[in-house]
Amino acid sequence: MRSTLVAGLCAFLAVSPALAQPVPSPQPSASAAAVSADTSPEEDVVGTINNDAAIAIPVFPTNEMLPTAAEGGNTEALGRNLARVIYGDLKNNGLFRPVGPDALPGIGYGEVTAPQFPNWRARSAEMLVQGFVKAGADGRLTVGCYLYDVALGSELARQGYVVKPEEWRRAAHKCADMVYSRLSGESPFFDSKIAYIAETGPKGNRRKQLAIMDSDGANHRFITNGQATALTPRYSPDYSKIAYLSFLNGTPRIYVYDIGSGQQRLVTEGKGPTFAPRWSPDGKYILYSMAIAGNTDIYRVPATGGDSVKLTDSPGIDVGGSYSPDGSKIVFESDRSGSQQVYVMNADGTNQKRISFFGGRAATPEWSPRGDQIAFTHIAGNLRIAVMNPGGGDMRYLTDSWQDEAPTWSPNGRIVQFFRTAKTTGKTSIWQVDLTGRNERKLNTPVDASDPAWGPVLP
Amino acid sequence: MNRKILTALLLTSGLALAGCATKPKELPPQPSGATTTTTTPPPPVTTPSGPVPGSRADFMASVLGDTILFDTDRYNIDSEDQGILQSQAQWLARYPGKRVTVEGHADERGTRDYNLALGERRANAAKNYLVSLGIDASRITTVSYGKERPVALGSDEASWAKNRRAVTVTVE
Repeated sequence: MRSTLVAGLCAFLAVSPALAQPVPSPQPSASAAAVSADTSPEEDVVGTINNDAAIAIPVFPTNEMLPTAAEGGNTEALGRNLARVIYGDLKNNGLFRPVGPDALPGIGYGEVTAPQFPNWRARSAEMLVQGFVKAGADGRLTVGCYLYDVALGSELARQGYVVKPEEWRRAAHKCADMVYSRLSGESPFFDSKIAYIAETGPKGNRRKQLAIMDSDGANHRFITNGQATALTPRYSPDYSKIAYLSFLNGTPRIYVYDIGSGQQRLVTEGKGPTFAPRWSPDGKYILYSMAIAGNTDIYRVPATGGDSVKLTDSPGIDVGGSYSPDGSKIVFESDRSGSQQVYVMNADGTNQKRISFFGGRAATPEWSPRGDQIAFTHIAGNLRIAVMNPGGGDMRYLTDSWQDEAPTWSPNGRIVQFFRTAKTTGKTSIWQVDLTGRNERKLNTPVDASDPAWGPVLP
Repeated sequence: MNRKILTALLLTSGLALAGCATKPKELPPQPSGATTTTTTPPPPVTTPSGPVPGSRADFMASVLGDTILFDTDRYNIDSEDQGILQSQAQWLARYPGKRVTVEGHADERGTRDYNLALGERRANAAKNYLVSLGIDASRITTVSYGKERPVALGSDEASWAKNRRAVTVTVE
């Protein structure tokens, strides 16, 4: 499964929309020379995070309208869909003010590498994302993506992708990732997926199904049909498997579901109920929590199966666990001191130390993929999403609602997703917020949603 | 193209899994006389109108309650709980072939994983008390539903108090 994905999405760097013509290397136009005399102010704007940058994203033209299995049915319609997906990604990020293809004039195929900068300046665009789409004889699509600085009249970045028609969205996400990375200086994250729990039915009888979707909510798919309650999924780092909890045989047990084969197996044959599955960053191990005679401890087992190692041994509830990005440490939750608090230990279980000392209860810690922050659920009456540094300092809230819980990080460690439960109705929804706490938004899901688990950026 | 086939396979395998899930948790014992050495021979029927002795209805009619309640984040058995569990132990002593499952629950004001662990802890607290009263531990299984199965649907203290519970259910 993974190998087809990798083979399916080949990035290339030197893209030209018209292969028959000599490659129009992005030479600065004559007028750009004059502009380049006073580039420093603009350079500063681009070099730092260009907040509220107006980014124009016109339709991606095609060299020849050909039928394709991708959304739209032909390459011309697909070019509009590509630009729409890029627009959606950048808009929902909150950092930018993109203007999409439905509000802009189209461009000619030859303009892709020779932008009409004066026209875009007249529209007050600061940045310009142009691209093209072509269908090959084998049905594969070639998508080119260019980012231009309109004020400078120069190209900032370019990428190209060859994708199978059914993976056309990945080309758009990769393009949005290129733009985001170049303008913000952060790592990409749009080309990634989310596993979560889809919820339906009344509060007293909720149906909970395992489901997956792309980071923008597209390609939604239910994995289980909801007859057995499913909870707390986690994607393996290579997206080939999902570890999750199911009441399949009446008791809560963690299963490892193989997406390619549709088969699943118990994470351990151990006799106690198991919950809170977590993968190691290299995908080689799974952490799980198991209750024996009412006492819950954290265990580690090879992802391929085998003997488990017990990492905690306290009379309290030790549960969850999230590896530091280098795999050397684990942050987890324990009530050994009387209430839920956050602890850090070495990956082998040694040197367990409490790090949360700010009042209230602290639960569901998740280590940022960047390593610099730990997101968690703070409980003091209401449940709120908060972050702290790995030493337990600099605690601050990201949300303020009645019940927000279970944070999961974007692959680049800049956004936290979580789920929100409504008072009384029990209705759930997935939300995300950036580290400033200002850009908060609800994700669109077909039904109610909880327990989000964001995976890494696809290769 | 083969992706579509794969999707279809996944869907059918999902359905197959679902088929397993619809099976009853426990098959009822075979109604054969030869296997009644361990199952309880039904006591002679005396009252034609009352619940069948040893049945779930009989359990409910005989005990002080099937549910004990807990304070927030607690799992201790208080004196009221003790009275209820003692009545359950008496019934279990009367029907030594009967088994029970103790279901542990938590209220909605906690995180999911912790509440599963907390429900397990509560179910085991009830089980341990029944065992201390002489009931064989092998007759009592536990299961935690965490905060997944509330009985009271409000978002208020009264509802939460009802949901922090351990419920004893006879295994038919």
